[in-house]
Amino acid sequence: MGQFEKYSHDVLIVGGGGAGLRAAIAVAEADPNLNVAVISKVYPMRSHTVAAEGGAAAVIKQDDSMDLHAYDTISGGDWMCDQDAVEAFVREATEEMIQLEHWGCPWSREDNGSIAVRPFGGMKIKRTWFASDKTGFHMLHTLYQTSLKYDPIQRYDEWYVTQLIVEEGKCQGVIAIELATGDIQAIAAKSVIITTGGCGKVFPFTTNANIKTGDGMALAYRAGVPLKDMEFIQYHPTGLPFSGILITEAARAEGGHLVNKDGYRYLQDYDLGTPQPEPVLRSMELGPRDRLSQAFIKEAEKGKALEGEYGHYVNLDIRHLGEKKINSKLPFVRELCLKYENIDPVKEMIPVRPVVHYMMGGIHTDINGATTLPGLYAAGETACVSINGANRLGSNSLTELLVFGARAGKSAAENAKKQAAPKIDHLGYAVAERKRLNDQYLDTKKGDEKLSVIRKEMHKTMEEGAGIYRTEDSLKKSQKVITELRERFKKVSIEDHSLAFNTELIAAIELSNMLEIADTIIHSALNRKESRGSHQRTDYKERDDKKFLAHSLAYSTGEGSPKIDYLPVTITKWPPGERVYGK
Amino acid sequence: MTSNITLEVFRYNPENDDEPSFQSYAVPCNKDWVILDALNYIKDNLDGTLSFRWSCRMGVCGSCGMMINGTPVLTCAKFLKDYLPGPIRIEPMEHFPVVKDLIIEMSDFVDKLKRVKPYIIRKEEQPLSEGEYLQTPAQLAAYKQYSMCINCMLCYSACPVYGLEPEFLGPAAIALGQRYNLDSRDQGKKEREDVISQDDGIWQCTFVGECSAVCPKDVDPAGAIQRYKVESTTNWWKSVLMPWSDK
Repeated sequence: MGQFEKYSHDVLIVGGGGAGLRAAIAVAEADPNLNVAVISKVYPMRSHTVAAEGGAAAVIKQDDSMDLHAYDTISGGDWMCDQDAVEAFVREATEEMIQLEHWGCPWSREDNGSIAVRPFGGMKIKRTWFASDKTGFHMLHTLYQTSLKYDPIQRYDEWYVTQLIVEEGKCQGVIAIELATGDIQAIAAKSVIITTGGCGKVFPFTTNANIKTGDGMALAYRAGVPLKDMEFIQYHPTGLPFSGILITEAARAEGGHLVNKDGYRYLQDYDLGTPQPEPVLRSMELGPRDRLSQAFIKEAEKGKALEGEYGHYVNLDIRHLGEKKINSKLPFVRELCLKYENIDPVKEMIPVRPVVHYMMGGIHTDINGATTLPGLYAAGETACVSINGANRLGSNSLTELLVFGARAGKSAAENAKKQAAPKIDHLGYAVAERKRLNDQYLDTKKGDEKLSVIRKEMHKTMEEGAGIYRTEDSLKKSQKVITELRERFKKVSIEDHSLAFNTELIAAIELSNMLEIADTIIHSALNRKESRGSHQRTDYKERDDKKFLAHSLAYSTGEGSPKIDYLPVTITKWPPGERVYGK
Repeated sequence: MTSNITLEVFRYNPENDDEPSFQSYAVPCNKDWVILDALNYIKDNLDGTLSFRWSCRMGVCGSCGMMINGTPVLTCAKFLKDYLPGPIRIEPMEHFPVVKDLIIEMSDFVDKLKRVKPYIIRKEEQPLSEGEYLQTPAQLAAYKQYSMCINCMLCYSACPVYGLEPEFLGPAAIALGQRYNLDSRDQGKKEREDVISQDDGIWQCTFVGECSAVCPKDVDPAGAIQRYKVESTTNWWKSVLMPWSDK
């Protein structure tokens, strides 16, 4: 053992964003004697939590209640949420948010110093806490800086995990590459928590950062853990047309209007209510994201969208809010528009179109973050508990990081206390992994497929086949392309053969992850012959509770296509009903 | 018709190169591209070995800082066309050791940030059941600006003191220490003082203000440092002249 002793932990957390850092603190607080480490392909403050803008929901005001938050979440998710999970979520949300306040998060305030809340899409009550319009940024930095207070938390910054180690039916650690040196190590752990975020980069047009390649989902999937509800992909209705940069829902919550080429607030034609000068909760621009993105497509089909260089778009008008309100409530929106689109939203309308934003699905976990593989946990966007169902409400995901990050941390700590230290063959794993990576990516004799070409073709087929509206036909075409691409990927070879910071090698592994995830998205979507929330089948237009009030579970079959199974949705006290907005 | 623009990119691979060199690439000058898009064009189409960090492409993750024609900037926030006719010289951030190509070693900053204790320190924690600490908008405004730091470290590249004196805590770390000193919920100022005012660098800072000039988020670290110097000097005088007062 000796030289590998330092590569052994009680709890190892893969991913250093909001969920990962919250989990790490939960472990450190559960028992300061536990040895906990966070491993991430980027430094923690680079994690994508940083890009979240609008806010985080939790009941705090007198006019609100847990049941109201739960109902908004469940109806927003088109009854695909597990209601026991939602009840736990809303119950623990407030305390988690106050905890973050105590840790220093610069929440925006009322004049008397109490927490300020803003309206948000699909929420019937104002309950979204915010730190101007950089909520995710402030939450991430608060968590990161607070984590520095806990000496037991160690970090592997810029290490990339390539495999989970599974022995005797338990997850016992990971294999990872240290980016700076190219060194490969097997790292043992009694509990592993995956908190690697989403997989938006499977699509070409996304708000997601470059790092959002679904690594954690692929790690769990290959280790035999099912991916749940992968067909449910959220398109955010307002992204900047070329870059996909997110213009936060808060822009609409503060009173922004979506207008078509005639300057008409077209959402009134899509069963979302009647336009009022002031924002109305659960109505019009404050409807849920799935319905707004779908309305955009219909409006474009009617010829009412504008035609731009990068396809159709509509306008988001916030001019009437005035410079003062824009600067105080939406400064980042203005900054992004000025710096990246050369427009000033104080004077001009913002061109927007729907953009892939969030993965409702993910690693199948229970309410404590435990997966089906003993010793393996997951939390945050990479996981699917599910509190988001078929459509997540804006401002629930930041809170979810905290609640389920903490829950996963606590259960992983409990598990670690019961386990003996894993005895893995560190050197054997490292040597085998080096050989595998060399054979797969650095051997130029086996082919000359290019990463960027395969990635581009994956993007194209995912957008065409598995976008906002899908059909059996479109999905089958994409399925065929992805199968071919997975085959062609075996012949990929990369130019960079150096050990130090081989970003091309990492990009190759990321692409292999994305191809497998794309496969699960398509198969889950093909099998779900109904329309629900963000999953809209033009060949099966209705929701079908008889057959599909159930989560999809995609299991890996190795080289072949995933096997799809179903798990009934947990209903506690809100039987499936109609989703009503604008009334 | 898109014209081309030339990028002269700093190259260094520690495994093969004795010293760095520059490599030129001609890339299309797409009007919507930022410099980072051009680097990705190179990586995808011309040279897969070019190495650099990036992630959000929206100026908030802080990964993609580089020297562009000698000035530290976030490459996702600078349009290519603004540098026409070129060429554009792209180098790793100054004052940091280079790991490879445009990637610098950043653990020095990460260690320094930890040293200033960038978290709320209190003698007593109010139980969560009693709710949030009240903080008025004015109290929030007292430190908000310093909380906007994205840790991109452009200020370290611009700082002449850090260039000469690598021990210097540096602009961002001091600004973040001040961020907590000025937070009405915090009581840890004295603990941080041991770290910050013991730093020789802070007294060498001549308020050139280069750090604030390059800051992409208007954090104004130079202002934070000056304010800190004034306050700690006042505290020192107070302790000499009025030793009975508890500051």
